[in-house]
Amino acid sequence: MNGSQGDVDLSVSLLSLHLKNPVMPASGCFSFGKEAASFYDLNVLGAIVVKATTLEERLGNPTPRVAETAAGMLNAIGLQNPGVQRVMAEELPGLRRYPSVPVIVNVAGTAVEDYVAVVKALSTSPDVSAIELNISCPNVKCGGIQFGSDPRLAAAMVRAVKTVATRPVIVKLSPNVTDIVEMAVACEEAGADALTLINTVIGMKIDLEQRRPLLANGSGGLSGPAIKPIAIRMVYEVSRYVNIPVIGVGGIMTGADAIEFLLAGATAVQVGTANFVDPLACPRIIDETREWCVQHGVRSIRELIGVSWRANGR
Amino acid sequence: MPTVEVYAHETLGKDLHALTFASPIDLRANHCQPGQFLHIRVSRSFDFLLRRPLSLCDADVEHNRLTVVYRVSGEGTRRLAARKPGDLIDVLGPLGQGFPIHDMDRRALLIGGGVGVPPLLELAKQLRASGKSVQTVVGFQTAGQLMLIEELAVYGEVAVMTDDGSAGERGRVTAALTAELCADADRYYACGPSVMLRAVQEEMSGKGVPGYLSLEERMGCGIGICVGCVHPVLRGGKLANAKTCRDGPVFDAQEVVFP
Repeated sequence: MNGSQGDVDLSVSLLSLHLKNPVMPASGCFSFGKEAASFYDLNVLGAIVVKATTLEERLGNPTPRVAETAAGMLNAIGLQNPGVQRVMAEELPGLRRYPSVPVIVNVAGTAVEDYVAVVKALSTSPDVSAIELNISCPNVKCGGIQFGSDPRLAAAMVRAVKTVATRPVIVKLSPNVTDIVEMAVACEEAGADALTLINTVIGMKIDLEQRRPLLANGSGGLSGPAIKPIAIRMVYEVSRYVNIPVIGVGGIMTGADAIEFLLAGATAVQVGTANFVDPLACPRIIDETREWCVQHGVRSIRELIGVSWRANGR
Repeated sequence: MPTVEVYAHETLGKDLHALTFASPIDLRANHCQPGQFLHIRVSRSFDFLLRRPLSLCDADVEHNRLTVVYRVSGEGTRRLAARKPGDLIDVLGPLGQGFPIHDMDRRALLIGGGVGVPPLLELAKQLRASGKSVQTVVGFQTAGQLMLIEELAVYGEVAVMTDDGSAGERGRVTAALTAELCADADRYYACGPSVMLRAVQEEMSGKGVPGYLSLEERMGCGIGICVGCVHPVLRGGKLANAKTCRDGPVFDAQEVVFP
């Protein structure tokens, strides 16, 4: 630690949002914030992304829903949430006590009309700064992944949502595609304001004793450090091609991981699985990011964005 | 997160260990409930990523130490088993809702199966300390898996059941829940595998004895954010998925639904 630490500017602009630092919890890894608030002051966060919200309440999948894997975990929660009306009435108002922290609401559904209805409802809420379209949940039948794996369907979805959205629309992409750049470009052309990369990688674990898939859902989404290189590669390729900001997510456990995503081209980062291991992961990663900048003479974190592919990179 | 010092790490049997460490919270200032759990990282590296939820087996308030008893069941717990006195471990907790103790009760029946037995020890201790009589029934697959019998016997009579009859009586724990045993029990407390809990719930509800079940589900975060460890419960006539880590692991037996 040294005295110049306070001189580092960690703030980034994401669309119309001012983030005091680029670190936010990823959707589904923070619930609606109440639990984390018992561990630290959420005001330190760059933004908050709440759990996927659907039109109606969903009970989610049967258990087991989670399984540990090498340097990662599988989950198949199945979008358990109380439905958009209760999210707006019971969950979001609690986040008003963190006025400097933009709230991004992740939206999931089955059909385009569901997404449109949820976004319409959220557009009336004073508690929503931006929408993150989850077109990539791998764990429910018709849980949006069909939109996330076909560029034409994705584009149609984005266009439909953009006609009703009064807040910026971020599209969260699935890595389970042949050509991530094609998906990204399709969403950008359809009017997406930003992209989040990546959702979980579809995986499976077989229980040797039962000789059956361990998760009740069969397959699940792989997350954690195991998927970080996949996410880095996709952020690197997509951020070079598109002209909209990219939020990087996938296996961030430390400040160094966050820096790596910024260098790959991310404007901001989301922390997912790390919150499950360490409830203080987000504030720790913010501190470590600041410390890295101090040690490397970086005065504004914005200097780092995309440096790994820019001509003027080191 | 809090790193605390390991005080003792004993081998109780094959692959069975008792780990004693400094409590992350001051036990004199914070009551810790039997049935709560500690969420422990097995190593600092990320290859075994998730914490292991281990039930509180003994809270030593005087020395501010906690003990968990666990069975090595994979590479992760094998790593934990290598920890020695003086080592630092990352422990979160105690977490969750434990077994409530009711002032008016006079006699409690404790029912445990396999690795569900350890939390009953702290429960028996606290029940006795509040003046209640304790009767315990424990079940194991075979004699080699028996644990904590003498320790439990300090607080009351212990009946042992084994699937193969190699210790105690042959049969499941429900076979020991005779009308005579249950007749003057004010309440029961059960912890064990789902099949056992389901059978106990049915048996005891038939006998009209209220009780609590400590459920086990594969857990992610342990603090209620990942929604991985849910179990169906009936609340207000409506089916809901409760979080075992935060709403439980101990639930009123009446509300627990086994799918």
